[in-house]
Amino acid sequence: MLIFSAIGGTGVEEIVKEHPDKVSFHTIDIVEGFRDYQARNMLRKAGIQGKGLVKIADMMVNLWETARKYDARSAEINPIVRTKSGEFLAADCRITVDDYAVYRHPELGIKIARELNRPPSELDRIAYDVEKNDYRGTFYFIQMAHGFGKADEYVGFHGAGGGGSMMSMDAVQRKGYKIANFCDTSGNPPASKVYRAAKIILSQKNIIGYFGSGSGVASQEQFHSARGLVKAFREEWVDIPVVIRLGGNSEDLAVRILTEYTKDLPAPVEGYKKDDSVEFCAERFDTLVKNSKIKDIPRPRIPEFSKNLYSFDTLTGEITYDHDLCLKCESKVCVSKCVPQILKLEEGKPVLNITREEAKKGKCTECLACEVECWFHGNKGGHVSLPIEGLDGYREKIGHSKA
Amino acid sequence: MAILIDENKKVIVQGITGREGMTRTKLMMDYGTRVLGGVTPGRGGQDVYGLPVFDTVEEALEKLGPIDVSVIFVPAPLVKNAALEAFDAGIKLAVLVPDRVPIYDVLEVHHYAKKLGAGFVGPNTLGLLSPGKGVLGMMGGRAKSAREWFRPGPVGVTSRSGGMTSSLAYYLSKQGVGLSSIVHVGGDAIVGLPHPEIVKLFQEDPDTKVVVMFGEIGTSQEESVADLIEKGIVTKPLVAYIGGRAAQKGTRFSHAGAIIEGNRGTYEGKVNRLREVGAHVVEEFQDIPKVTLEVLKKLN
Repeated sequence: MLIFSAIGGTGVEEIVKEHPDKVSFHTIDIVEGFRDYQARNMLRKAGIQGKGLVKIADMMVNLWETARKYDARSAEINPIVRTKSGEFLAADCRITVDDYAVYRHPELGIKIARELNRPPSELDRIAYDVEKNDYRGTFYFIQMAHGFGKADEYVGFHGAGGGGSMMSMDAVQRKGYKIANFCDTSGNPPASKVYRAAKIILSQKNIIGYFGSGSGVASQEQFHSARGLVKAFREEWVDIPVVIRLGGNSEDLAVRILTEYTKDLPAPVEGYKKDDSVEFCAERFDTLVKNSKIKDIPRPRIPEFSKNLYSFDTLTGEITYDHDLCLKCESKVCVSKCVPQILKLEEGKPVLNITREEAKKGKCTECLACEVECWFHGNKGGHVSLPIEGLDGYREKIGHSKA
Repeated sequence: MAILIDENKKVIVQGITGREGMTRTKLMMDYGTRVLGGVTPGRGGQDVYGLPVFDTVEEALEKLGPIDVSVIFVPAPLVKNAALEAFDAGIKLAVLVPDRVPIYDVLEVHHYAKKLGAGFVGPNTLGLLSPGKGVLGMMGGRAKSAREWFRPGPVGVTSRSGGMTSSLAYYLSKQGVGLSSIVHVGGDAIVGLPHPEIVKLFQEDPDTKVVVMFGEIGTSQEESVADLIEKGIVTKPLVAYIGGRAAQKGTRFSHAGAIIEGNRGTYEGKVNRLREVGAHVVEEFQDIPKVTLEVLKKLN
């Protein structure tokens, strides 16, 4: 649809109401395209005559062709100015390129293929890079507020699935809270991606709580999300109340992992299932934010690694086993809980049963079991390092605690 | 009866030898959909779960006879031509499952579909399902869960969110509300059969008594449904929920279609317009089954 208005300014919907004779519309046939005489007919209807009729018509055809060539969702020239010498110029122009077609236009050098109402924030960029470098599942993150204080009552939000995320975000908002960010991890993302999402959400200074919920009946295996969250919450040593609704496949296991492995944290972490409505979860969240006591529990010291280390690369990180600790481990839980079953015991120590190349290419799914389960049922010898580029620097800059 | 898919419709799968194509073909067959074969260029002569694979859609129709629906599981950049191939061969309904299909490609598919009297669901759709009859796409994930989650009954569901389609169906079934057909129209800004088209189909379907709509901010789909009610084209009761109350203007919220542009597509605009024409708009998601039950009771 092409719209021409003989009156400048913004808000064409208003202009057309007041001056219907100054605005004309034309639905462009996607296959036939748009021709100069059609533009001239539009201009005539909007009261343009003379030289302008011909020159502006050419501009309109060019605008359409540019939009088509660059897969623009929308393209706008506003205003068109006439110079003293009678020339017509596009004084300002705005084009929104279709996110899904950015791959066709490397020449545009678009770094973040996301529609936003402002230039992307630093945290948006950090999040986008995580998504760009990991094709597994979807991670979508938008910062919605900046520079708020504790008293402003902003909530870190973590959804799953587009519609489910929006619905859940609305439910917290209805309880009177403001949303610091929108986030959606879905499409069966690995635990490592959910972990990175949680770390990024928790990098927002002064959020007063963490609320997570999706559609409630997820088809993905929810224990992956649970392990990702546990790793992030423990590293951050969360001191703000957390409510996560993990409804869907394997929800019993997921909620058990989430709640049992976070019991010793300063703030309460609650997990819910599909038969707990999002409104109920928002209610619980409200209660926790208002009433819970944050315990003063110091972060436990992480023992230093010995020299007897075994490491291998994964798709987006590195896994290390401290074989001195592993030797003294009775459960060897890393091997039994490994989701892709790529570990074996060699003289009582966990090692890969596939090649390092295979692990790096994605056979290791970064399920995080060999770290998270090891902390509680092993001898704390497993460590998964999942760097997030730029996050440390960002936190330092805003005066937030270290990631 | 049901809309768009039942136990009799003949179906092929384009991209049947791909990872998704294969997995979802199994789901569709296990659930009872009449899948007769598939197409992957260059893989003609192979078979997938005992189904013949052809090089072109035309060849598939030559060997299999008339086909009602093609479900498309090819990479996003190839979706346009796959859909045109299906329409050209004479198939009247295509289901475009992939995400990230460029908007101009969808417009072209729309153009040809209209010209040839065909239609399409999607892109970016989980698909559609008529409980106990058939499923197209990937709704339910596995046949076993699809049978557990979706029970037959008098309520038609149309949704702009895939995940919410499953959870809506789950919560409705839990309260004893059965479903006639469930359609995920797709999460994009432009889809082949948006809410108003699906609601019109439910209006014509004798088995559907009430329609439940999961709407979202962005696009004018929900407003168009309100127009249909106002004009008397749709007379069956409508229960609606609109997601995105907390959303901000000009920013896309996951779904490509979930973006408020100018003053169009706002939460308030949609809710007010639907209420104006007498739709049952619920504010809290958990109230959908309760309100649907009340509306059903009033009908009896």
